Amino acid sequence: MNLSSLAPLAVLIPILGAAVTFVLYRHSHAQRTVSIGLLTLTLLLECLLLASTWSGGTYAVNIAGWLPPWGIVLVVDQFSSLMLVVSSAVSLAVLVYATGQDMADGDEDSPVSIFHPTYLILVAGVSNAFLSGDLFNLYVGFEILLTASYVLMTLGGTGPRIRAGVTYVVVSVVSSVLFLISIAMIYGATGTVNMADLAIKLGELDQGTKTLLHVMLLVAFGIKAAVFPLSFWLPDSYPTAPAPVTAVFAGLLTKVGVYAMVRTETLLFPGDSLNTPLMVAALLTMVVGILGALAQSDIKRLLSFTLVSHIGYMVFGLAMSSVAGLGAAVFYVAHHITIQTSLFLVTGLIERRGGSSSMDRLAGLAKLSPVLALLFFVPAMNLAGIPPFSGFLGKVGLMQAGIELGTPLAYALVIGGVVTSLLTLLAIARVWNRAFWRSPEDAEYPDPVLLAAPEANGRAGSGTTSTVTVLPRTMVGSTLGLVLVGVALTVFAGPLFTVSDQAAGEMLDRSAYIHAVLGGDTPVPALETVPRTGDLP
Amino acid sequence: MSINLTLLCVMGALYACGIYLLLERSLTRVLLGLMMMANATNLLLLTTGGYAGLAPLYDKSRAAGDYNDPLPQALILTSIVISFAVTSFMLGIIYRTWVLGRRDEIQIDLEDRKVARTPSFDAEDDAEIPLETSEFPLLPRDVPDNGETIKAGSGRMAVRDAVLEEKPGSKNVTPGPDGGLK
Repeated sequence: MNLSSLAPLAVLIPILGAAVTFVLYRHSHAQRTVSIGLLTLTLLLECLLLASTWSGGTYAVNIAGWLPPWGIVLVVDQFSSLMLVVSSAVSLAVLVYATGQDMADGDEDSPVSIFHPTYLILVAGVSNAFLSGDLFNLYVGFEILLTASYVLMTLGGTGPRIRAGVTYVVVSVVSSVLFLISIAMIYGATGTVNMADLAIKLGELDQGTKTLLHVMLLVAFGIKAAVFPLSFWLPDSYPTAPAPVTAVFAGLLTKVGVYAMVRTETLLFPGDSLNTPLMVAALLTMVVGILGALAQSDIKRLLSFTLVSHIGYMVFGLAMSSVAGLGAAVFYVAHHITIQTSLFLVTGLIERRGGSSSMDRLAGLAKLSPVLALLFFVPAMNLAGIPPFSGFLGKVGLMQAGIELGTPLAYALVIGGVVTSLLTLLAIARVWNRAFWRSPEDAEYPDPVLLAAPEANGRAGSGTTSTVTVLPRTMVGSTLGLVLVGVALTVFAGPLFTVSDQAAGEMLDRSAYIHAVLGGDTPVPALETVPRTGDLP
Repeated sequence: MSINLTLLCVMGALYACGIYLLLERSLTRVLLGLMMMANATNLLLLTTGGYAGLAPLYDKSRAAGDYNDPLPQALILTSIVISFAVTSFMLGIIYRTWVLGRRDEIQIDLEDRKVARTPSFDAEDDAEIPLETSEFPLLPRDVPDNGETIKAGSGRMAVRDAVLEEKPGSKNVTPGPDGGLK
C-alpha cells in the first residue's frame, strides 16, 4: 500500500472543514483558524501525493471497495497531483489574503461568515474534479465547485454582483447541462462512465458517433475553460466579485476546464482529427482575448481578458498531441494558475491603496507604495513572458513544440503566440504607465486619495475616525508569498519541466492509466494513425 | 418491450421550449428554461437505461437481462438534487434583482457600455509627442542674450530664439519657410 490511498482525504478534509466552519459561524476567530489549518493540512497531504508520483506512476483508489468499472475511482498521477498541489497552494494564499482583508475591515456581521464554508467546498470540488477517474464523478466535482462559486460570486448581493452573477450562473448551468447530455449519450453508447473503461470502449464506436460525443464534451468543457467563441461570459462576470474571489476563480476554475479538456483529448479520444479545429480555436482565443484586453480601462477587466487570451496557449499545447506540446501545456497551466491569481490579488491591494481599479483614476502608485509596485511588476512581467521568468519558459516550450510539428497551422500558432505575448506586454505596460508611473496630476479623474499629502494617506488608520488599515500585513504577506511561488516556478523550472514532460508522455501513452484502474492485464487499444495535426488539406 | 416514444417526444419538446425560454430577457423565464432543460436531460438519462425491465432487486430465478439498468436512475437522482440547488439559488438571485432594481430582467453592464463608447483616440496614448519631453524645459531667461547664433536649416538663428522654439506649443515664434526664424 502506498501514500496514494490517502487521496480521498484531499476531498474529504475540505468538506468536513466546511461543515465545521459552518457550525462555527458565530465564532469568526475559530472559523479562520479551522479553515486555514485544514487547508494547510490538505496542501501537505497533496505534497505527499505529488512526492509519491514525482518519478512516475499512476495509482487508483477504489472508493468504498467497489471495483471499477462499477464503483467510483479516484486516480492519482503526475498531472493530477501537480494540479492538486498548485491549486491548493494558490487557494491557501487567497484564503490568508481574504482572512486578512476580513480582519482589517472588521465587519463582524457581514455575510462573510458564509465565506469560509463556501470557500472550502469550492476547494473540495476542485480537488474532486482533478482526482476523478469517472466521468459522472467529474460532473459532480464540477457542480460542487460551480455551486460554491455562485455563492462566492454574489457575496454581499450588491447590484453589479447580482447582475454579473445571473450571467455566470446561466452560462455555467447551460454548460453543465451540455456535459450531462454528453454523459447520458456516452452511457447510452458504451454502457459505462468509468474513464479508463471508456478509453477502451469509445475506440470501438464508429467514427460519426465518436466525433459527436467528442465535440459535445469539448463544447461543454470549452465553456468552462473560456475558449474563444465560448469565452464572452468570463470578462463580464469575474471583475465584479470581491478581489480574493476573483483571484481564486481566475486561477482555478478555468484551469479545471482545461484539465478536463486534457483528459478528454488524451484519455478518451486520443489522436483524433479534431485537433485542427482546436488549434484554430486556440489561435482565435489568444488573439481576440488580448485585443479585448487592450481596450479596457479597468485593471480587473483587463486581467480577465488576458486570462481568456492565455487559455489559448494551453489549448495550443494540448492540440499538438505531442509529448513536447502537452508537457509545455502542463507546465503552462501550473505557471498560469500562480501568476494570474497573484496579479488579481495585487489588483485587490491596488484598489485598497488607490481607491479604484480603473486606470483613469489611478496614478503615481510607484511613488506612494514601492512595495505594491514591485508586487505588481514581477508577476506582470512573468505573464508577459519576459525572459528569465516561467512565462517565458512555458512559451518557449510551446513554440519549440510547434516548430517541431512543423505544419503551416502550427507555424501560424507560433506567430500568433509571439504576437499575443507582445500585446500582453503592451497591455501590462499601459497599466504600469498609468497606475504606477504618471503623477496624479496627469490623470484624467484622479482619485482624491492619491492627491492628498503622502504623509496623511500613508497611515489612514491612526488618529482618524477610520480604523481601516490600507495595506494590512497579512494581505501583503500572502500576495508576496504567491509572487515568490511564481518566482520559484522559474527557479525550479528544470525539474518541473521534466515532470510535466513525463506526465504528458504517460497521458499520451494511456496504458499506465488504464492498467492502474482496470488491472495490469487489460489490453490497451492501439492508437490509430492520423495525419499530422494542422496539415492543410 | 420497446423504447418509450412518448418520453422521447416529451424530451424533445422540453428541450425546444427550454432553449426558447433561455433566450428571453426576463429572468423568471430564463429560470423556467433552465428547469425544462434539466428535466429533459433527466429524461434522456432515463432513456439510456434501455428497455423497461423489472426493479433491480436480486432474485435467483430471474435472468440478468430481465432487470432494469439502475445506474441511470442513480445519475438522475444526483442531477435532480443538483438542479434543485441551482433552481433555489436562481430564485434567490431573481428575488434580489427585484428588490434592487424593481425589475425581473437581465441588467445592462455599464462598464461594457463605457468601453464601447470609448473613442479610438486616447489623449494620453495617441497625442503627438511634444518636441520638448523633459519635465524641466529650458526657459529663455536661463540663456544669456549675448548674440550667439547656431546653425538652423539653411541659415543661422539666435540661441535665444532657438530655445523659444523648442518649447512645446510655443506660439511666439513664427517659423521661417525652411525652419529657423523669418
